Amino acid sequence: MLKAVILIGGPQKGTRFRPLSLDIPKPLFPVAGLPLIQHHIEACIAVEGLKEILLIGYYPVSQIQQFVNDMNQQYNIIIRYLQEFTALGTAGGLYHFRDQIRCGNPDAFFVMNGDVCSDFPLQEVYSFHKEKGNKALVTIMGTEATRQQSLNYGCIATDKATQEVTHYVEKPSSYVSTLINCGIYAFSVDIFHIIGEAFIAKQQDFYRNGNGAKETGYIELEKEVLSLLAGSGKLFAFQVNNWWSQLKTAGSAIYANRHYLELYRSKHPERLCQNAAVGNNTKICNILPDVYIHASATIHPTALIGPNVSIGPGVTVGPGVRIRESIILADAVIENHSLVLHSIVGHNSRVGRWTRVEGTPSDPDPNKPFAKMENPPLFNHDGRLNPSITILGCYVSVPSETILLNSVVLPHKELTRSFKNEIIL
Amino acid sequence: MRALILVGGYGTRLRPLTLSRPKPLVEFANKPILLHQIEALVEAGVIEVILAVSYRAEQMEEELSLEAKKLGVSIVFSHETEPLGTAGPIALARDILKKSDDPFFVLNSDIICEFPFKELALFHKQHGREGTIVVTKVEEPSKYGVVVYNEFNAIQSFVEKPQEFISNKINAGLYILNPTVIDRIKLQPTSIEKEVFPDMAKDGHLYAFELEGFWMDVGQPKDFLSGMCMYLKSLRRKDPDRLYKGPGVVGNVLVDSTAKIGANCQIGPNVTIGPGAVIEDGACIKRCTILRDATIRSHSWLENCIIGWRCTVGRWVRMEGITVLGEDVIVKDELYINGGQVLPHKNIASSVPEPQIIM
Repeated sequence: MLKAVILIGGPQKGTRFRPLSLDIPKPLFPVAGLPLIQHHIEACIAVEGLKEILLIGYYPVSQIQQFVNDMNQQYNIIIRYLQEFTALGTAGGLYHFRDQIRCGNPDAFFVMNGDVCSDFPLQEVYSFHKEKGNKALVTIMGTEATRQQSLNYGCIATDKATQEVTHYVEKPSSYVSTLINCGIYAFSVDIFHIIGEAFIAKQQDFYRNGNGAKETGYIELEKEVLSLLAGSGKLFAFQVNNWWSQLKTAGSAIYANRHYLELYRSKHPERLCQNAAVGNNTKICNILPDVYIHASATIHPTALIGPNVSIGPGVTVGPGVRIRESIILADAVIENHSLVLHSIVGHNSRVGRWTRVEGTPSDPDPNKPFAKMENPPLFNHDGRLNPSITILGCYVSVPSETILLNSVVLPHKELTRSFKNEIIL
Repeated sequence: MRALILVGGYGTRLRPLTLSRPKPLVEFANKPILLHQIEALVEAGVIEVILAVSYRAEQMEEELSLEAKKLGVSIVFSHETEPLGTAGPIALARDILKKSDDPFFVLNSDIICEFPFKELALFHKQHGREGTIVVTKVEEPSKYGVVVYNEFNAIQSFVEKPQEFISNKINAGLYILNPTVIDRIKLQPTSIEKEVFPDMAKDGHLYAFELEGFWMDVGQPKDFLSGMCMYLKSLRRKDPDRLYKGPGVVGNVLVDSTAKIGANCQIGPNVTIGPGAVIEDGACIKRCTILRDATIRSHSWLENCIIGWRCTVGRWVRMEGITVLGEDVIVKDELYINGGQVLPHKNIASSVPEPQIIM
């Protein structure tokens, strides 16, 4: 029997994802029509023998419960949310809920960071893990990064013959390895002995020396567990070359959206809109694939949508609208003849007629192999806003015949004119 | 009566349009700027128009000869071998202008107004002196040279960029002069405003005629569009039947009968659409001039633009900020052009978010 844990963090995390995370927990932000961690859940469903999925984080239950109920209804599997009493770190949460994870004595459990995007080859990760025998406590899914970008991730040095991790450093200051930690793991339950040791050492340190401002149960998996395990023969790395990305900034949502839509081609072609009428589906509008449109959205037949667009439930798209490389969230309205490019339109927002909502994409460097999202800071050295995708928070209204270029609009704002390269509070 | 129009040089201020067509032939409100003037002159009884040009103007001669025949007026080209300023061309054309003792009109070529030539000639005859300048009222006289005259309209002085309010009337670039004035001008580069008029005023031979209605020097894109708005407004008052009344029209819009406008468009206020132009479904156009045979594709939004002859503006394009497209420019779908000055025959494939000249 197998289990899976998805680490979803809490409201203090994901601030770089604002304003999109202001009214919805980042793990529930819809990418390619599904809440971000539903992609994790779907990957778990596909794993044979996986019986339970535990979401661990410190969001109030009220913000997560509806989603958990929906998932339980949608999939035939046990899904539960375990709320930490405070932020416990990536390993602290696992340790705190160790009995919940261990109960039923699973052969192994997966751990996934909630903010990674991937096709989650969990079956392969597990096969690899099992192959390594009893001595393997942890298998990290790793992927190649550029030399320079590797410094922003957990870097893994391995023995090429055995795939054993010989050295692990989280966000090193100088080059260690281009193999990076994807935040997707297979764990054996014996890992709790190791985390337990780290926990006890921390407690003792606290009571002996009285230092440490953080909660004593706060344990970082990467720094306090994986680094120690490296070189012990118990930590392995499984290298994949599939698409993988983190969802840190709002800009990376457009990029993740594009790749999840592409994955639908092979895994869920029924979720993608077709240009010609197929089966029972009548043609919605002019489509340039890949496009996801929720069944409850109202799209005028003269609209031209795609590529790489996701349209949420209850959205209204008027005649002659053009949408490309964008995410339109629930109940938004895009009025006649408007254009939305490289943008995210928050739920219940309204874009007037002949309006242009345009952002600048921040995709990985296409000329470098293994390049990842850059996630540049909001402002450059001159204090100017870095051009980025345009984001409308929820309940924003953009008047007719205006342009909104490379701007971020916070929720509930009624704009009265055009804006370029601004954050509108 | 005769008239001399100071056409002058290459019209660089109205580039990139004037790279394809001499400025006097650029259509303002669907008619070459020069024709607005010639028609008004013919109306006032002018039988011969002298065009003072400083470059070879075969294209102009060819196109105008046809129009001239229609109007029953003869057009003479007077070529300056070197630029002669605003007065020199009058001396150059003295043989023609002195053929009769009738006074003659002189016009700067970029002026658009309601051209009251008949009233001007009458006024001139009544005061009996050598010259009359048309003056027009401006909001901010400190930017211009102003004309100071007494209650009998006799001009007393000219004050360049006055620091304190002294008058709000400026020289409108339209005159009527007796042939005797020609004797005051030498055949060399001379400014009529600075070197001829002040002396005439001193001698009590120069009068001011106050212009009614609008006035604009349309020699550069910004003013070209402002002038168009004024012209259409005046047309609304004087000849409203010439304005377009189709569906989706807002305010004053002039559309050539051979232009095609699609469904669900919003055209106006203040738009001129030239012959053969095609406006596809769902376009929105405000304060623009669309020249002959241009195409504006569906769902585009244009404000403050001059779209050159045979241009194509793609779908979902947004253009604003005094954008001027030269002849035969293609703007690809979904682009944003703000204040672009695009030279002829360019293919624009990426957005121009800040004002820029595209070579």
